[in-house]
Amino acid sequence: MRKPVREISGVMAVMPVANVNTDAIIPSVWLRTATADMGKGLFGGQRYDDEGNEKPDFVLNRPPFRETKILLADENFGCGSSREAAVWALVEFGIGCVLAPSFADIFYENAFRNSLVAGVIDQATYQALKATVEAHEGSPDFRIDLASASVVTPAGEVHGFRIPASRVEALMRGDDEIAMTLQHQPAIEAHYAAAKAGSDWLFPATLQRSAGS
Amino acid sequence: MAVDATAPSTVFDKIWNAHLVARLDDGRDLVFVDRHVLQETTSAVAFAGLKRTGRGVRHPELTIATQDHIVSTSPGRDEDSYPGGRELLTLMRSNAYAARIRHFGVDDPRQGIVHVIAPELGFALPASILACGDSHTSTVGGLGALGIGVGTSEVEHVLATQTLALTRPRNMRVRFEGKTGPGIVAKDLILRAMGELGVAGGRGCAVEYAGSAIEALSVEARLTICNMSIELGARLGLIAPDEKTFAYVKGREFAPSGAAFERAVETWRKLRSDAGAVFERDILIDCASIAPQVTWGTTPEHVAGVSDHVPDPAVLSDAKRRDGIAQALNYMGLEPGMPLAGIPIDVAFIGSCTNSRISDLEAAAQVVKGRRISPNVRGLVVPGSMSVKREAEARGLHEIFRAAGFEWREAGCSMCVSINEDIVAPGSRCIATSNRNFENRQGPRSRTHLASPVMVAAAALAGHITDVRQELGA
Ligand code: SF4
Repeated sequence: MRKPVREISGVMAVMPVANVNTDAIIPSVWLRTATADMGKGLFGGQRYDDEGNEKPDFVLNRPPFRETKILLADENFGCGSSREAAVWALVEFGIGCVLAPSFADIFYENAFRNSLVAGVIDQATYQALKATVEAHEGSPDFRIDLASASVVTPAGEVHGFRIPASRVEALMRGDDEIAMTLQHQPAIEAHYAAAKAGSDWLFPATLQRSAGS
Repeated sequence: MAVDATAPSTVFDKIWNAHLVARLDDGRDLVFVDRHVLQETTSAVAFAGLKRTGRGVRHPELTIATQDHIVSTSPGRDEDSYPGGRELLTLMRSNAYAARIRHFGVDDPRQGIVHVIAPELGFALPASILACGDSHTSTVGGLGALGIGVGTSEVEHVLATQTLALTRPRNMRVRFEGKTGPGIVAKDLILRAMGELGVAGGRGCAVEYAGSAIEALSVEARLTICNMSIELGARLGLIAPDEKTFAYVKGREFAPSGAAFERAVETWRKLRSDAGAVFERDILIDCASIAPQVTWGTTPEHVAGVSDHVPDPAVLSDAKRRDGIAQALNYMGLEPGMPLAGIPIDVAFIGSCTNSRISDLEAAAQVVKGRRISPNVRGLVVPGSMSVKREAEARGLHEIFRAAGFEWREAGCSMCVSINEDIVAPGSRCIATSNRNFENRQGPRSRTHLASPVMVAAAALAGHITDVRQELGA
């Protein structure tokens, strides 16, 4: 079981560029150990200078955005690779939701597996939210309500975002994907047995023999 | 699971349908994974998850593991040569051992980059589904397999269940028609497709590459094409297998043999997209007009022919594109409108899962044979696997590269991802045969130009980006 998600409240920051890739979200230097502080590495390439000092003009280094809980991004967010650490970095930083006009495929899947809400918005909503953040630079406090798939602005305006109902339910229940799949175990093993019998070439003896030997 | 078998279908549909275990309530498909390949940087957390939840590895016999990303590529290296990699390398080895998974570590003659060894060992087969915690898994699509790149949670999911729960991708086709000119190789074709389609051009799709120019390619060149599917935003890329594919697979360690091989070929021959099959997007690329390609910016779609110029953002009306290009040029240290040929380079890297197979090294060696690389250039050749390295040495390629001034290194990802000590210095410029030119990809503030192995070889000789066709006298 994961921790169920219903609501995310807090500061919204804007990353106003398209095609933000996973190398940018978490540079490879933060991936050398199994226990690195990924939240510190979030957007590392842009956030720190060569000596590792924070660059004061980068959005996440400025108050109130040091406490960002919701990220507003542009088209094709999370493209590049399958690097799940990109999602971990966002989550460990404290971000619970990314809103963008579109997401890269693998990033989108990875997000839900880590209870990061990925909501799709249209360009008009993107522009409106961006303007709202700019207008409330001091305290850009927003609220994501998962059940209604909506985002509430500091002024109380409500914008919708798109997220499949099945994903909302899974997030709100805190589903464990593997446990769900294991309910299909008989069908999975039946598939393997039938494939071994019908397509013996796909599972040659060399595979079976050398396992664990 | 029963699927309508009479409707015209694509190669992708046929393989996917044959692996469908269940249709999930949320609309996703549960597909069986025939083969699973592990590497050290994306599996440690997955094994930790299994341990935490008390789950085991369901089918270790369908899994192999290697060490490739964070390994040292220094001549004579071992697991300790790059101290920063020790933790993840040790975990890969011990996790594989405990789960009874075959492990091809740096001390094993079969070690290499996941996407190089999977085809090489006959572990990836036409018509199979292969998963790996790495986005370039689509590479094995060059054999007519579905190679699915996954994140770490999905690695754990495959280990525990031998399946993946996925949204079924849509069908897309890119046809390469016409005869390519001299000096034009697979990398130029896929980079040209990048330029035309962009980094989101294939999002949500399985891309079938087809056409006369694809049929003319060797199997290794097809692996190069499928490798960069993720750069198009697609999770899957594939090419229908043919006689060349069957000949390639035959006799490899994990491939079927004897009568089973004959039965396999019978099945593989039927893997063609039917005449009436529908592709949601169908793109045609004319190969006759393709020049050697080289990237100038910070995403693979920032690409042009070598005789072209760096774009001038000032002339663009779309503000977003203008800013994007201006930022890329600023990062790359290039002037708007300057010619690509002549840009001086500091490093030339031949390697990565895109272009580190024997045919790539052979082609690059032919360009540098009997010549010396520019004294201003550091040249590296990193074979994709130990088996490629042995084959290259048997052919004497290492002598050619060394005599030309290149470093001849051990197999691994190396300067493609720069997670080990193979790093491009801040502000330095590298021309590379790899697949990503993102900011900081090859090290903090590194600058990357992607190109084919022959283009990288030619640039190393000249000390700057140059048209390989001149070197070839074409
Ligand atoms: S060579 Fe580069 S792209 Fe290929 S698997 Fe290694 S790091 Fe990834």
